[in-house]
Amino acid sequence: MATISEKILARASGKDKVEAGDIVIANIDIAMTHDLTGPLSVESFEKIGASKVWDSSKIVIPFDHQVPADSIDSANNHIIMREFVKKHEIKHFYDVNAGVCHQILPELGHVVPGEVIVGADSHTCTHGALGAFSTGIGSTDMAMVFAEGNLWFKVPETNRFNITGNLKENVYAKDVILHIIGEIGADGSTYKACEFAGETVSNMSVSDRMVLCNMAIEMGGKTGLVEPDKKTIEYVESRSKKPYKIYKTDLNSSSLNIIDVDVSDLEPQVACPHNVDNVKAVSEVDVEIDQVFLGSCTNGRLKDLREAAKILKGNEIANGVRMLVIPASREVYRKALAEGLIKIFIEAGALVSAPCCGPCLGGHTGIIGPGEVSLSTSNRNFKGRQGSPDGEVYLSSAAVAAASAIKGRIMAPE
Amino acid sequence: MKGTAWKFGNDIDTDIIVPGRYLIYTDEERLSAHCMEGLDPDFDKKCKKGDFIVAGKNFGCGSSREHAPIALKGVGISAVIAESFARIFYRNATNVGVPLLEAPGITELVENGDEIEVDMDEGTITASNGEKITFKKLPPFMLEILEQGGLIEYLKNKR
Repeated sequence: MATISEKILARASGKDKVEAGDIVIANIDIAMTHDLTGPLSVESFEKIGASKVWDSSKIVIPFDHQVPADSIDSANNHIIMREFVKKHEIKHFYDVNAGVCHQILPELGHVVPGEVIVGADSHTCTHGALGAFSTGIGSTDMAMVFAEGNLWFKVPETNRFNITGNLKENVYAKDVILHIIGEIGADGSTYKACEFAGETVSNMSVSDRMVLCNMAIEMGGKTGLVEPDKKTIEYVESRSKKPYKIYKTDLNSSSLNIIDVDVSDLEPQVACPHNVDNVKAVSEVDVEIDQVFLGSCTNGRLKDLREAAKILKGNEIANGVRMLVIPASREVYRKALAEGLIKIFIEAGALVSAPCCGPCLGGHTGIIGPGEVSLSTSNRNFKGRQGSPDGEVYLSSAAVAAASAIKGRIMAPE
Repeated sequence: MKGTAWKFGNDIDTDIIVPGRYLIYTDEERLSAHCMEGLDPDFDKKCKKGDFIVAGKNFGCGSSREHAPIALKGVGISAVIAESFARIFYRNATNVGVPLLEAPGITELVENGDEIEVDMDEGTITASNGEKITFKKLPPFMLEILEQGGLIEYLKNKR
């Protein structure tokens, strides 16, 4: 009797069975690093003195955090990574024109159920939405993976969120995950796998399941996970030719903690400064905003852009408010263009930028100044996250972001 | 180890330890110049080699940036003592050679600026008033990694 995490880590470490708390050395199926954590990984890899990467077909390197380069230092980081790619003949390299790592990995078929995926980025937990064990690591650990193709893990216990109830109108996956984090706290799932299950999750699209898994780290989770079903298989088979294996959790597993969450009465939620677990109903928050950011690995997918465009259509954003729309990938951008969503955003007065992480982590475009307030569909509102430590960041769904951009204050769609 | 304790609250995230806009750097010197600057712009100047950070729960939450423990190493922090730590940060700090000591109750015992003493072998922290608190001792292999300045040095010396 075991959880998905235990079953995947047993498979990857060549054992019949492992239990939560065991330390295992697992073989890695996909290792991802990007333009911002990559240079440190490369530096560490070179210090180890290894001459070759373990498998050039299992490493994926997208550029997304500072694209196109905004300074000589970031251009230099890009050069370091391009040279690494060339030297080690890395097969899956995506330069500045592809999109955000956690969107393009699943979209371009690098993620399939049952794999062990590591990324030098904490939101690597996103890929558990397809039933993979996927977790964020640092640069030294990534260098070890590049050299050896494996890594030690402590097998995690599992918090399984059994989510039930139909979501009300204008309530989305983002509201569900903010609500859960607000209840359990920023360290409520530390070291644990976070499984999202129940009828609400079954009814969700793969895109929405990625929203849930993306934010597992914001409660300390080691990975997000959703048991693969027909929707998962349809998504994966249309994008990947890799073989896959489906694992499910046995509900009588001893390392499983089931948490029931009823979302039938849930209202749109907002995470207030400066912690992701500082969550309130939108109706309790009345704040003027300076900037709205629609995008990121949390909510920069086509479904999010559609939800925002539905509200923005025929409206203009409020005077004095800047709105940035950044589709999460080239595919998302192309489809949004074909559907006329980009036209709606531009007519409303928003800026539409090329796919990248944007202002999410305050390193590139759309940085906020002292005293400014940002409403963002991304995943973190830490002090200074989007620029000045004297600025404030609120987090919401794409729908709340769009409605608030029109009014210039945080509010739910009418 | 003896040093001054710099005290911080709960949920100190890695964006606070090193803001995103400085992740273009990989060296200790430039990263440590911005360490904790969102909470204390002069932290890098005040902090002396051998000092400690004392913090509440979930220290190091958020981004996987290894730049964060590198910056702490750069300002001279000899150990972070907290009520609890976030997972990715725990691995990263060990890998770059910054000891993390989990000591429930530490925030009640130590005030900002106190001189404290840490005994890694005994697993104790002595506060300025002489009161002692224990932490979970680190296993021998982890102590070896830390003593040699991180995982890469440890592996190189082993080869």
